[in-house]
Amino acid sequence: MAETLSPGLDRDQLLELYRALCLTRAAEERLELLQKQGHVTGGLYRSLGQEAGAVGAAAALRRRTDGTGDFLAPTVRALGALLVFGGELIDFFRQYMARATSPTKGREANVHWSDYQKGFVGPVSPLGTMLEVMAGITLSFNMRGEDRVGMVFYGDGATSTGAWHEGLNFAAVQRCPLILMVEANQWAFSSPTAKNTRLESFTQKAAGYGISAEAVDGTDVLAVYEAVARAAARARSGEGAQMVELRYFRRLGHAQHDSQDYVDPAVIAEWAARDPIELFHARILSHGVASTDDLVTIRQDVEQQSQVAAEQAIAEPTPPGPDAVNDVYTDLATPHPWTRAETLDPRTQ
Amino acid sequence: MSQPVPEHVQKTARGEEVTLLEAISEGLYEEMVRDDRVFLMGEDIGVYGGAFKVTRGFLEAFGDRRVIDTPIAEGGFTGAAAGAAHMGLRPVVEMQFMDFISPAYDVLTNYIATSLYRGAGPMPMVIRGPVGGGNRGGPFHSQNIEMAFFHTPGLKIVYPSTPYDAKGLIKAAIRDDNPVIFEEHKGLYRAPALREVLPDEDYIVPLGEARTVLEGDDLTIVTYGAMVHKSVEAARTLEGDGVGVEVIDLRTLLPLDEDAIVESVKRTGRLLVVHEDTRTGGIAGEIAIRVSERAFEWLDAPILRVTAIDAPVPYAGSLEDYFLPQVDDVIKAARYLAAY
Repeated sequence: MAETLSPGLDRDQLLELYRALCLTRAAEERLELLQKQGHVTGGLYRSLGQEAGAVGAAAALRRRTDGTGDFLAPTVRALGALLVFGGELIDFFRQYMARATSPTKGREANVHWSDYQKGFVGPVSPLGTMLEVMAGITLSFNMRGEDRVGMVFYGDGATSTGAWHEGLNFAAVQRCPLILMVEANQWAFSSPTAKNTRLESFTQKAAGYGISAEAVDGTDVLAVYEAVARAAARARSGEGAQMVELRYFRRLGHAQHDSQDYVDPAVIAEWAARDPIELFHARILSHGVASTDDLVTIRQDVEQQSQVAAEQAIAEPTPPGPDAVNDVYTDLATPHPWTRAETLDPRTQ
Repeated sequence: MSQPVPEHVQKTARGEEVTLLEAISEGLYEEMVRDDRVFLMGEDIGVYGGAFKVTRGFLEAFGDRRVIDTPIAEGGFTGAAAGAAHMGLRPVVEMQFMDFISPAYDVLTNYIATSLYRGAGPMPMVIRGPVGGGNRGGPFHSQNIEMAFFHTPGLKIVYPSTPYDAKGLIKAAIRDDNPVIFEEHKGLYRAPALREVLPDEDYIVPLGEARTVLEGDDLTIVTYGAMVHKSVEAARTLEGDGVGVEVIDLRTLLPLDEDAIVESVKRTGRLLVVHEDTRTGGIAGEIAIRVSERAFEWLDAPILRVTAIDAPVPYAGSLEDYFLPQVDDVIKAARYLAAY
């Protein structure tokens, strides 16, 4: 029966998608708990309702651990993509809790971490920049004749930036194998899409750059997977940059501190009824891919996994303050403030 | 595959004098031959060879995968260079005029300068291009841009004044694992007086080391770029007055060779900073505070500066000459300090 659910995916692959969706949600829910306990250093961002867009897209790429696979740049709403690409769950918690053991040694937050062997680069907060950076990463694939594609996620708001335009135009002109994932969740912080564009769909922008685009239901993990698989095939065949718009809704505030009181609760309820995990769950059952018990086991597994990772991360130290001077340059030392030395001597700074 | 070698990068091999521009071309060419990870991006650098022809013939020599004509989008191609650097390449980005680096300010300061610190890896890349006034270029083809970036930890800034240094520094910058902004004064590009024969060997000039151009015991002038030559001219005049002026060429602005400055000031007791960049927030301020921190007791006079005025760079010759620091300004300031 699995064949009828998705022609390209076998049972194991379907259940891996399901697991990744559940893991994303379990990790974020665990993180909320940690925040209530005072363990999280800065802002907390959820991808509630957007998990399928991240998981389905990343799953359609080639994953490797030796630096030869496809490559992606996630956002905070694409934690699922990071996890699909082998991002360690414990590193997610370490990042949010600014642990010395985190990939950024406590210097950067949330999903802003990189692993070039696994194939992902951490975004920076001005997200339009990542279009430019991913244009260069995929340019390098062309320069070296490597059969790899890149993927960059960004939200409604980033499409208004100059960097978005410059990066996209560069990638289009150079025929870089780059897939642009527009997280059209209808909100950029408190600004609705209409405050960022007059277009009805971001795919209409693609024509201005001479690239192909398609929009897909971002709550349907299989539809996303298939759309991205098509886009990746086009990118690999030399057509260059591709755009895929994920249509869905940001069901929580921009960050945890945002009560989202500017959004009509009826609309939120409408989208809550289209929960990507529940939709996929029902389809797995109705197509007989797996039993309820199988799925419950998966959910219990990922919750257990999240709890174990979180507890280990909590036990790890935050970085010592003086580490702030390290790694500014590869080869130059940054001096400590002279007022922090045991013997006051301004000449030492 | 035999590659046609551009004419203007063969002069050193033939034992001929080169200009500062040709020295930079030679440095770029040699690094591209030495290391196939090095590639160029910029506007009109390929077919046209660059606005000043620094990369003339490079497209034919290296092909369009290593000499890339970009869209007119400084932020876009600088960001793309960052992505390529993540993948182990070593991009050299040309700003057609450094005045146009401002659209790349975001990606340079927020992304590139922070990459290593954020755990996203080193950023071996060079952003180079023409700077400086005196060519009647007006407000958008004449600026010095160092101080817009001097305040950004993670960047290095280089500003050569001679062909020898320019070649050695561009090669060192390309080999450096940190992002380097490389300023080339267009008034020095083809200045006949600067032509010199370079050693026909692979040499570098290490970043972060100043050079003592003239030795003297009475007064230290710290300067860089085109002002090195104006300061030396002024020093010759002061020599006639019986005042020994030491001229220090910083060569690298970030990191600043503080030891060289302090050591000289401790001998002369007097410091004049000369820069072509505008006055407020110019590097003279940073140099003065460092000397105050480390050599206050050795000073016999206030630290003074000669700089451009705090204005956009004007177009008319009369205005621009008034705007820019001139040899006579340096002479007057030096005499004032010597008599203090």
